[in-house]
Amino acid sequence: MTDNALTIENVRKDRGSATVLDDVSLIVQPGERVALLGHNGAGKSTLIKTILGLTPLTAGRISVDGANPGSAQARRLTAYLPEAVSFHPALTGREQLTLFARLDGQAADVPGLLDRVGLSDAMDRRIGAYSKGMRQRLGLAQVLLGNPKVALLDEPTSGLDPISRQDLYAIIDELAGQGTAVLIASHALTEVEAQTDRIAILRQGVKVADDALESLSAQAGLPTKLRIRATGTHADQIAETMGGTRINGASVEVLCTPDQKMARLRDVAAMGEAVADIEMTPPRLEDLYRHYAKEGMQ
Amino acid sequence: MTRFLSIAATEMLILRRNRWLLMATIIMVLFALALTFAGSAPTGTLGVDMLTISVTSMTTLSVYLAPLLALMISFDAIAGEAERGSLSLLLSYPAGRGEILLGKFAAHLAALGFAMTVGFGSAGAIAAWSGGAGADSLIALARLIATSILLGAVFLGLGYLVSALSRSATAAAGLSAGLWLVFVVLYDLGLLGAVVMDGGGSFTRSIFPWLMVANPADAFRVWNIAASDGVALASGMAGAAQTLPAWAAPASLAIWPVLAFLLARAAFKRVEP
Repeated sequence: MTDNALTIENVRKDRGSATVLDDVSLIVQPGERVALLGHNGAGKSTLIKTILGLTPLTAGRISVDGANPGSAQARRLTAYLPEAVSFHPALTGREQLTLFARLDGQAADVPGLLDRVGLSDAMDRRIGAYSKGMRQRLGLAQVLLGNPKVALLDEPTSGLDPISRQDLYAIIDELAGQGTAVLIASHALTEVEAQTDRIAILRQGVKVADDALESLSAQAGLPTKLRIRATGTHADQIAETMGGTRINGASVEVLCTPDQKMARLRDVAAMGEAVADIEMTPPRLEDLYRHYAKEGMQ
Repeated sequence: MTRFLSIAATEMLILRRNRWLLMATIIMVLFALALTFAGSAPTGTLGVDMLTISVTSMTTLSVYLAPLLALMISFDAIAGEAERGSLSLLLSYPAGRGEILLGKFAAHLAALGFAMTVGFGSAGAIAAWSGGAGADSLIALARLIATSILLGAVFLGLGYLVSALSRSATAAAGLSAGLWLVFVVLYDLGLLGAVVMDGGGSFTRSIFPWLMVANPADAFRVWNIAASDGVALASGMAGAAQTLPAWAAPASLAIWPVLAFLLARAAFKRVEP
């Protein structure tokens, strides 16, 4: 068959009369990191639960390294981090991770893994006393158990501070480095998702984009924003030449597509002393995400 | 097998950690002791030893307490995990749902067994020491402990069933309370009403005993009372039990735990976390 780590083919999921997933196909290769983006309710968590075999499919096919979702083989090959996971408050981090290691059926270096996610000081404290970020780290530690073929992370950045996010990225990298296919579900496009190899966007159960970040931004053709500040009373003159909009007494804002950008900058340079300052804002990740997630909503 | 044992060991750890085991054992010891001493008055008139009286009192106690403790421990088993979001994670591991449920059941039953044995055992020991005990009354005590654990097993299973069917732990707790009320109180009241309406007709003679023994709580009572002459004498309500074959109550208490567990297993299978 194929050597894809994860194959999702024409998956459809109905809940009552509502279609939660509509003809979704997605392939993740071993070692590939894919971000799955979409608003709340776009079907990300449902897709992950169908991969885990927790929710039956209405139509379509999913294969986890050749195994059926939910089979013992597939569960052995899959690691999962649920959204906002919590554990039994009476157990310590070490006890909880030891249970998961035993359920996984493979010998594991439990203290080493807890140290890897920065919980070495807290491993013998009860989970009830953990912060949200610490619980999330404990969840991450169990993802690293037993060299999974596929790792499914549902909103892994929620509750993490910026430094922890960097650690998370290092862990995702480590997983990919050992050949694990990583699928990260998220409701926003931030640095973490941007550093993945590919971005898939779900909108109301339909996949609307599936490509590398660079290709997505090229296809979207989002404008770069130039804000030009005029010296003295030259603002009107600049607005006339550049065709932008006056935004206050002394500034003009101009939008331009990526291919026009250099031409416009040369125009600005030609105006000499009339220009006091120029500020250039390329499209942000958020704008890009908004473009795909909202496109065609009206 | 190792997965089943890991789950059972973790559940046991939780029961010890959150003091459930300690509290249940203390409750059992206190109630059993109180009933043993409160019920020690009629020893002389009936001509039975004090342990027999004590076992009779504790049988009445166990009908209420064993189901209650079992439901308190089991209602959270599935709904609580689902609410915390850890159920989907647990189910993403290779352990099967049957294995998970059986692991929890083993730990919960062991804890219940411990509380019952220590509670009834210590009260029985004190009764025997202060008022005498015979071979017959010692067997009655052993039977009481064993059947209490079986009765607890029934309600552990029913608690898991309710837990699997509920959307939240709170709903599961409410349903468990309802279940307890129906099995332990309302069922008997209903039967009593039917017997009064019937006025000694064919219902009372042929159907009523079977209906009674179909309820595990009543089967527990019937078994403990019918099996020991002394206890039957002390409780004074052996009438219904005598019209049934001797195997009826033990069969009911043997079938119910299996049935309840299989129902819970079937309900758990359909849970989508």
